Amino acid sequence: MNPIIKYLVEVQGVTLLLGRSLKGLRKRPRYFAEIVDQMDQIGVGSLGIVILTGFFTGGVLILQAYPTLEYYGAQSNAGQGVATSLIRELGPVLTALMVAGRVGSAISAELGSMVVSQQIDAMRALGTSPVRKLVTPRIIALLLTLPLLTIAADLFGLMGGGVVAYQLHGLDINTYVSSVRTGMGTDDLIAGIVKPIFFGAIIGLISCYKGLNTTGGTVGVGVSTTQAVVASSINIIIADFFLSKLMQSALESTLF
Amino acid sequence: MSFDSFDHETLDLTGDPSRADDVPNGRIVPVIEFEDVELAFDDQVILDKISFTVRRGEAKIVLGGSGSGKSTIINLILGLIKPDAGRIYLDGEDITELDDAELMRIRKNIGMVFQEGALFDSLSVYENVAYRLHEERVPEDEVEHEVIRMLRFVDLEDAIDKMPVELSGGMRRRVGIARALVGNPEIILFDEPTAGLDPPTARTICELAIKLRDIEDVSLIFVTHEMNNLEYISSEYAVIDRQGKINYEHEGEKLCLINTEVMMLRDGGIIFSGKDEQLRQTNDPYIARFLRGK
Repeated sequence: MNPIIKYLVEVQGVTLLLGRSLKGLRKRPRYFAEIVDQMDQIGVGSLGIVILTGFFTGGVLILQAYPTLEYYGAQSNAGQGVATSLIRELGPVLTALMVAGRVGSAISAELGSMVVSQQIDAMRALGTSPVRKLVTPRIIALLLTLPLLTIAADLFGLMGGGVVAYQLHGLDINTYVSSVRTGMGTDDLIAGIVKPIFFGAIIGLISCYKGLNTTGGTVGVGVSTTQAVVASSINIIIADFFLSKLMQSALESTLF
Repeated sequence: MSFDSFDHETLDLTGDPSRADDVPNGRIVPVIEFEDVELAFDDQVILDKISFTVRRGEAKIVLGGSGSGKSTIINLILGLIKPDAGRIYLDGEDITELDDAELMRIRKNIGMVFQEGALFDSLSVYENVAYRLHEERVPEDEVEHEVIRMLRFVDLEDAIDKMPVELSGGMRRRVGIARALVGNPEIILFDEPTAGLDPPTARTICELAIKLRDIEDVSLIFVTHEMNNLEYISSEYAVIDRQGKINYEHEGEKLCLINTEVMMLRDGGIIFSGKDEQLRQTNDPYIARFLRGK
């Protein structure tokens, strides 16, 4: 198949899956237990790697930026730089990429294995919609937990920056906290929370779509898992640019 | 209720009085009816004007080589795929154009036994068998009662707390049968349920199918390419003796099973439909080679 047509077919498939999973919300049963279970697996399960990522990203930002800031005598603004870059961009994007790697691959592999072992067919034969039972709970769990994970990454990132600024560069901790507060605006916080919601939808939809469309046995499971992570990651980065631009325009016009 | 070798009680799969054969316009409505069903994927013809019926309490053994369209018939009955042309009726209802939500209602009346069992790996045997009841939010005490009854039917009561990974291939198929029986479906579809099993275990699976057909009056479609399956199901029947024990007897010269038919597919078309005795007498070289392996 022509790559462009193949891409369009996949976009169509993902869009249809979105529609069907939203439709699944209106009908009973709603599988609340599955949603809570997925929130535990996705949210609590990813907390460790997200905290580590945030902490060391915040730390490295200060590590790299501090000498330059010191050169210009602006080291007291170190926290401002960390806050802006972490909350607006690095926190949401890095968290989403980590979750895409950990959760997107798991979703795709799990659903793909269920397809090749006919468990999805069995589910349908037993009168259950796999979209309502498997896809909708995972997407809702991602929509709810990714913003929370991003907040955790942001907090630990700021903490990591503070530790490096204080321990390695001797910056007064009160100066750091004060500059962090200066660097955080309402628009940063809104952007930092809204972006992960879109990223969660991207990871959930692409991973579920790739998993449910697995073909070619166990080898196919590996292929769809790789494709899910790659496609999710690329789409997160592309979406981040457009969301940033969109929110920049929207928030500037409303807040300023 | 229980159903085992020492008990008179049956599964009551036919307890609904409305299930007595409907006879509108003087015609017995078949449980399954295919009418000129056609299906093709791109240029490859999968089914070419397939027509057949399955009556209540009848077993239809579908034979054919790999890629002959056997499993496609099962997927069409479940509504997992749609035909390009023709009609499919279940209990007289045309299911050809039904959407997924309506098909969910239809599927509740169909039990499906998959080739490898297709058990849910993350659920225990109990949860697998109870799956349909849990989905319907049936109270747990009723679920437990029903699950034990079904596992007793397939003689796997001891495996109730095991996980699928702990089961042998034959046990997985039997749990799959128990799961398919929950909800008292009047149609059970077997998709090569004995593939890869040792002969005694394959025999056990066939006995379960015979028991469902003769004692429970369930309509079966049994897709297979194994000749011993054909031999067992088309020439043996189940009876309950005075002690309530199930016995399997071979049809003799005086008795011929009329509730089992064989249908053979080749390249998406039906090349034979009739009794097993007729199949064995046919001169068709393909069928002769299929039956004897040479």
